[in-house]
Amino acid sequence: MSYAPYALAGWLFVIGLYGVVTSRHLIHLALCLNVMQSSTYVLLLAIGYRNRGTAPIYKGIKGGARVVDPVVQALTLTDVVVSVTVVALILALAMDARRRAGTADPDRLVELQG
Amino acid sequence: MTALVPLAVALPLVAAAALTAFGHFMHPRADDLVAIAVAAAMTVIAVLLVFRSSRHDLVYWFGAWSPRHGIGIGVSFTVDPLGAGIAALIGVLATASLVFAWRYFDDVGTLFHVLFLIFVGAMTGFALTGDLFNMFVWFELMSVSAYALCGYLVEQPRVLQGALNFAITNSIGALMVLAGIALLYGRTGALNLAELGKALAGRPADGLVIVAFVLLVVGFLVKAGAVPFHFWLSDAYAVAPTPVAVLFAGVLSDLGFHAIARIYWDVFSGPVGAHPGAVRGLLIGIGVLTALVGGVMCFLQADLKRLMAFLTIAHGGIFLVGVGLLTPGGLAGSTLYLIADGLLKGALFLAIGIVLVRLHSGDELWLRGKGRSLVPSGIVFCACGLGLAALPPFGPFLAKSLIEESAVRLGYGWLPPLLTLATILTGAAVLRATGRIFLGLGPGDDPLLTRQTGLPDDEERGGPRRRSTVLLVPAVTLTVLGLALSFVPQIADRSTHHAARFEDRTGYVAEVLAGKEQAPLPRAAAHHPTTGSWLYGAASALGALGLAGVALRPRRRSLVVAPIRVLKAFHSGAIGDYVTWLTVGTATFGGLAALLLR
Repeated sequence: MSYAPYALAGWLFVIGLYGVVTSRHLIHLALCLNVMQSSTYVLLLAIGYRNRGTAPIYKGIKGGARVVDPVVQALTLTDVVVSVTVVALILALAMDARRRAGTADPDRLVELQG
Repeated sequence: MTALVPLAVALPLVAAAALTAFGHFMHPRADDLVAIAVAAAMTVIAVLLVFRSSRHDLVYWFGAWSPRHGIGIGVSFTVDPLGAGIAALIGVLATASLVFAWRYFDDVGTLFHVLFLIFVGAMTGFALTGDLFNMFVWFELMSVSAYALCGYLVEQPRVLQGALNFAITNSIGALMVLAGIALLYGRTGALNLAELGKALAGRPADGLVIVAFVLLVVGFLVKAGAVPFHFWLSDAYAVAPTPVAVLFAGVLSDLGFHAIARIYWDVFSGPVGAHPGAVRGLLIGIGVLTALVGGVMCFLQADLKRLMAFLTIAHGGIFLVGVGLLTPGGLAGSTLYLIADGLLKGALFLAIGIVLVRLHSGDELWLRGKGRSLVPSGIVFCACGLGLAALPPFGPFLAKSLIEESAVRLGYGWLPPLLTLATILTGAAVLRATGRIFLGLGPGDDPLLTRQTGLPDDEERGGPRRRSTVLLVPAVTLTVLGLALSFVPQIADRSTHHAARFEDRTGYVAEVLAGKEQAPLPRAAAHHPTTGSWLYGAASALGALGLAGVALRPRRRSLVVAPIRVLKAFHSGAIGDYVTWLTVGTATFGGLAALLLR
């Protein structure tokens, strides 16, 4: 099993984090968060992967065949659902920001300080 | 009797679904009534669970997928008295704030109640679950509904700022939790807390376990609002509508500390337990820093809701110290503190809500003397302020004494004075606001205090039509419950006993995976607060009164010094800064953990 997927997961997390920190637009920010979320999908799937394993659908495959771990796929699916909800909510807030405050720059929305 | 367990979560969730489907066809008051009835029923169930689980944990396997040969296949709820106690706190706060919210959101139909019930169900699930991934799902469900509830009054930029900072920072925290879960699953192939604990025990912690530990703890610290992960909290709680803020401040963030106790004792106490000193150092260090930074910032706020947000942060630091002591006394004190303090914070937030409804502002300086007509609210303010300052012999005092005595027994005699300093600062902030608003004391301007622009004028919705009794009864009830908690017979001994059971990993594993009842642990000796605790309690309450008096002196020298300016400047409101702090905090915590836990 190669280390590449783990390195990719780490890279996606860090590059997404960089985007979130430096973002000047809420839609850009939501997408950067989405990149960070993707890192957990890659991590989960990498953990469940087995070399030359097939999809964990037992109908029609020989007994004893090697399959990848179905649990992490279920976890990933749950994670995708959750992530989509979060991103949708942030995008909705971004639209409200544009409509009501006239800006989608998170730094220009700042009212509470200190 | 385990049938009650899923009901505590299913009831609010099913009611939320039913309200979504049928709410439009019902009388406008029906959604209020349904929500209040559900929250009250959930409270009763949770209180029953506290008693039912007092001898042994209640383990409920969903779909009857119970473990075979010690391998868990299904998802379990594992209910112990501490978790059930927190569920009861959620129920009480939810009921009180729904009563307060009667006709509050008249123009938005049932949506508020639907979101609110999902939020309540998710928090309850989080407090009761015995499965790590299930914990993550509840964590996300409560977070997402909380983001939406926080941004409910979306007309103002400050609300957008609060909700966005909340959503983004907490999502990153949740991703860390998930990454930690993934690593643990990769190592053990298990997700149930008991199974994880069993699989990891017996071997010293290696790099992967430490990384997973750091990711999970930091993720939950973000949710809990510990310094330096707390910045989102002071923005979010300051803009949430009052009925929501009651639950936010009362229990939402503190669930993070409960989760840290849970994963430490159930999962990591085996591999990491060889270095109790290092774990204590890390958790208590963050706890003390949180208590003091939160306390100072709390004292510097003129905006009442933001003051409450920093008070929540400061007292969260004290809970973390209790958890971090890694003793039954510390955990029991922390949980009792969480409950007593949660009730008082909820009461205080409701009283602030009354001020907002009647006087249309939450700015302490602007409100100077304007609260003279609201005598009952002033009394609630004063009682909560003294209670939060750990006035003996009331609720928070008893809990704080448990933590302090446990610390002294471990040789951390320097901890009680620091914790007392934090409660002096937060208590003084509340009492100063009480004196200024309800008695008209002090000057109408103070350069020390941070004022926020843009008044939260949306709180006056439905104001004139709402009766004072509906607004006042929940606040008074919560105050009385929070103060009277220490008078429940033997509550300190019982919770110490339950905490000892909570910290017994092998017993927990046998109970969950093999269905064996935990062997009864020896009863803890009866707890009476020591003289030292009484002195610290008295010093805290008197110190808070004294500091409030000093802060209200008409002509005193300005205390705005450079460190305070710097501290205030850190709370910049910019999401980029907050995420940078989160990254720095994670790196520091991770680096220290890697050095100390090997």
